[in-house]
Amino acid sequence: MLHRNPRLRLGLLLTPPVLWLGVAYLGALGALFLTSLWGQNSFTGEIERTWTLDNFRTLFTVEVYRTITVRTLLVAGLVTVVDALIAFPIALYMAKVARPWAQRWLVIAVLMPLWASYLVKAYAWRGMLSEEGLVAWVAAPFGLGSPGYGLPATIVTLAYLWLPYMILPIYAGLERLPDSLLEASADLGAGTAHTLRRVVLPMAFPAVVAGSIFTFSLSMGDYIAVRIVGGASQLLGNVVYDNVGAANNLPFAAAVATVPVVVMLAYLAAARRTGALENL
Amino acid sequence: MKGGDAMTLSRTARGLLLGFVVVALVVVYTPLALVVINSFNVNRTFAWPPTGLTLRWWEVALNSGGARGALVVSLEVAALATLFALLLGTMAALALQRYRFFGRHAVSLVIILPIALPGIVTGIALNNAFRTVFGWELGFLTIVVAHATFCIVTVFNNVQARLRRLGGNLEEASMDLGAGTWTTFRLVTFPMLRSALLAGALLSFGLSFDEIIVTTFTAGAQEQTLPIWIFNNLFRPNQAPVVNVIAAVLVVASAIPIYLAQRLSGSTSEGLTGAR
Amino acid sequence: MRRVQTLAGACVLALVVAACGTTSESGGNGDGGGAGGGGGGATTGAGFTPPDVPMKKELGPMEDQINILAWPGYAEDGTNDPTVDWVTPFEKQTGCQANVKYFGTSDEAVNLMKTGEYDVVSASGDASLRLIASGDVAPVNTDLIPNYADVYDFLKDRDWNSVGGQMYGVPHGYGANLLMWRTDVVKPAPQSWEAVFEADSPYAGKITAYDSPIYIADAALYLMNSQPDLGIKNPYALDEKQLAAAVDVLTTQRENISEYWSDYLKEVQAFTTGDSVLGTTWQVIVNVAQDEKVPVDAVLPPEGSTGWSDTWMVAADSQHSNCAYAWLDHIISPKANAAVAEYFGESPANGKACALTVDKGFCDTYHAGDADYAAKLWYWTTPIEQCLDGRTDVQCTDYGRWTQAWTEVKG
Repeated sequence: MLHRNPRLRLGLLLTPPVLWLGVAYLGALGALFLTSLWGQNSFTGEIERTWTLDNFRTLFTVEVYRTITVRTLLVAGLVTVVDALIAFPIALYMAKVARPWAQRWLVIAVLMPLWASYLVKAYAWRGMLSEEGLVAWVAAPFGLGSPGYGLPATIVTLAYLWLPYMILPIYAGLERLPDSLLEASADLGAGTAHTLRRVVLPMAFPAVVAGSIFTFSLSMGDYIAVRIVGGASQLLGNVVYDNVGAANNLPFAAAVATVPVVVMLAYLAAARRTGALENL
Repeated sequence: MKGGDAMTLSRTARGLLLGFVVVALVVVYTPLALVVINSFNVNRTFAWPPTGLTLRWWEVALNSGGARGALVVSLEVAALATLFALLLGTMAALALQRYRFFGRHAVSLVIILPIALPGIVTGIALNNAFRTVFGWELGFLTIVVAHATFCIVTVFNNVQARLRRLGGNLEEASMDLGAGTWTTFRLVTFPMLRSALLAGALLSFGLSFDEIIVTTFTAGAQEQTLPIWIFNNLFRPNQAPVVNVIAAVLVVASAIPIYLAQRLSGSTSEGLTGAR
Repeated sequence: MRRVQTLAGACVLALVVAACGTTSESGGNGDGGGAGGGGGGATTGAGFTPPDVPMKKELGPMEDQINILAWPGYAEDGTNDPTVDWVTPFEKQTGCQANVKYFGTSDEAVNLMKTGEYDVVSASGDASLRLIASGDVAPVNTDLIPNYADVYDFLKDRDWNSVGGQMYGVPHGYGANLLMWRTDVVKPAPQSWEAVFEADSPYAGKITAYDSPIYIADAALYLMNSQPDLGIKNPYALDEKQLAAAVDVLTTQRENISEYWSDYLKEVQAFTTGDSVLGTTWQVIVNVAQDEKVPVDAVLPPEGSTGWSDTWMVAADSQHSNCAYAWLDHIISPKANAAVAEYFGESPANGKACALTVDKGFCDTYHAGDADYAAKLWYWTTPIEQCLDGRTDVQCTDYGRWTQAWTEVKG
């Protein structure tokens, strides 16, 4: 019966995942954003189911939220650029230059830090960036000090944390790049720089975009690393977290949460056009 | 499809790249080395440079019931979440790759969404849904459900890539020869997918194992996964060095499954697509 | 056509899920809480009507566990410091396995209590009334708690722990927020809150402050002394103009802040490495830092300070209510109360604890039992629209407004 009825097979295959993700997850998101249209009793913390646009009004009119949004987007953007710049040469080496046995070990070397627990790595950076930490120790002979805690520290730490997520898709993408193309380019007289710029980069671009989806999204929603190395700064994730965890204001937190969601949806739509989603 | 063709990139380019890679790896591993050194550090607040070394924290870690319990919970959650991810991811990949239907792109978008959206959004959405829509108590199962939700994509990507590469000819041949749907899957499709499934499972396991943000919102009071345990103990004077010990062990121990994934997935790139 | 239908069906299902979430939101106590607490509940004993939550009538057999939500340092079980432990004796005595969760601010406590997963919570004054009003905690039957009789009278039936004469918890102890500094860096020793609020501080970039909207009260307290024309009588009763002045002070301070802290051990670390050298603190932080041989000292400035008077409360539908009552009795028993007060650095609630402290002068240092001293501290209280200082001609800013102001201060 299954054999003769492709639609039934499709239905059976598709229902559980769609039910789980499409209905449950999307429904959960929907329920969350529905609460952003409600109010909250600030004394008891109970949600009052009266329809209101106050949350969004506050979000758009009070200046600090705009500042924080812009700051978060900038940080996410910088982290992505830094990671792309660092990841590309590494991935290029791994894909095109290293011997097969070296490739394997390099992959392991790149993946191992992922298992070291996000928190521990962030705290390691906190220790390194402190007044008496490693960075200060290394910079002392040059008369410099540690940058301390703040936005630069946050960018460095986030870039460090997400680097493997950028390396891997680019590596996969470069590996798929046929060597024959590079040979052809060399045969036609192009130098290395030229080949890289005209042949490798454009073909690897979707892979870079794929990696950037992760670094961008992870940075936009991050609230933990900022609290560890960010000093007194706050990002969008902190506003959401503070309103959900501390201020009990789920409606407002949900309203703030729409910002990263909208940004990511737009980003995904743009990324789809570059073909990056095939490279995830 | 391997690198190492000496004629395409100049010697200087290759030398520069190698130098860059070495420097990058040093920088990547410095914080981790610091973690390992601090696990031997006499001083509980990790002054640098360390004033003395001791094995005391390793002893405490070995005896730490809390850490062991959290480790077990993390392993169980990751295993179950990976199981669900394998099932649902494979089903979704088969559906999308083998059939054409309206809404394909929407489905693939929805699969990516849990990972593409910031963790805190997924976390509070699921927390809200679990508690108010479904009325569940937060606990072990809610963590598994939450983790499976964003792990599906890793399996999905791997299987989809493999299916795309293989094409449908073998399955058609099998059906032509009279095998039913299930038999075809069991004897033809599944063996071809095995290594992709394994790679996806490994990634999914790693993803779930280290996840903190979504877990914070979907775990109850009693259940502690390892990241939550670390979060709660990183600042307690006598526990912080123990955390470093645990982290050091994790890093070293992780080499094994990664190495295995490498060998089993055959092509290294396929082991990596869908990485997060 | 069928595909469109299936897609539409899926969308409808998703919407139904979303709608279900909305209709079953806020538990059965929602109505009572809304009526009682809708910004209209006054805390100055004028009374609001708390929701009807049943009080425990009698004790039964102990359950096997208890989930404790505590300020860090309030429920030590030896994992932090093997010699500091009053949880294990409790577990041995009652058979209730204790699971302790810490929180950093009162807001977190209120939010965590809403999940319904905790049986007892140590609530400061800025959390307790919110918990009562939202029906998250139950009135406490003090007859079932033998040690309650020995608690200082001036801590009983106060605005923040009782409503209409009914106690909603047992007092834990009280203490002040202090000013801490690195003795080797900050010279001369600061004597006033001016040190953290002044604009051109020599320690710019190294000052720390508590990361919670309630800290606005500290700025208001500073203004009470430095700008008396503003007419602030109670740092928790601020009208818009006074709040704006406090926000100005804090915005100026923001330039000098290294980081805001809510994790107390993070502050210890910051002072150890020297990233922070001056700021608000709790006595327990000073004690831990000094244990680590960090050169710090702390003082209660003469102009006074904000503080806290904490209450252990029982959750409204606690699954382990017998263990909960046993815990309440245990934590205010002389031995445990002495241990926690000495570890945390606050005054105990039970007068008999003073005989059991390791440091014999402890109770004098912390003015235990001194009702006059206790009256000088501005305990954390939730700001509400009805001005807590009794003014009726203006409307004061409530906690929601403070939360927003705090986000604006941090920038």
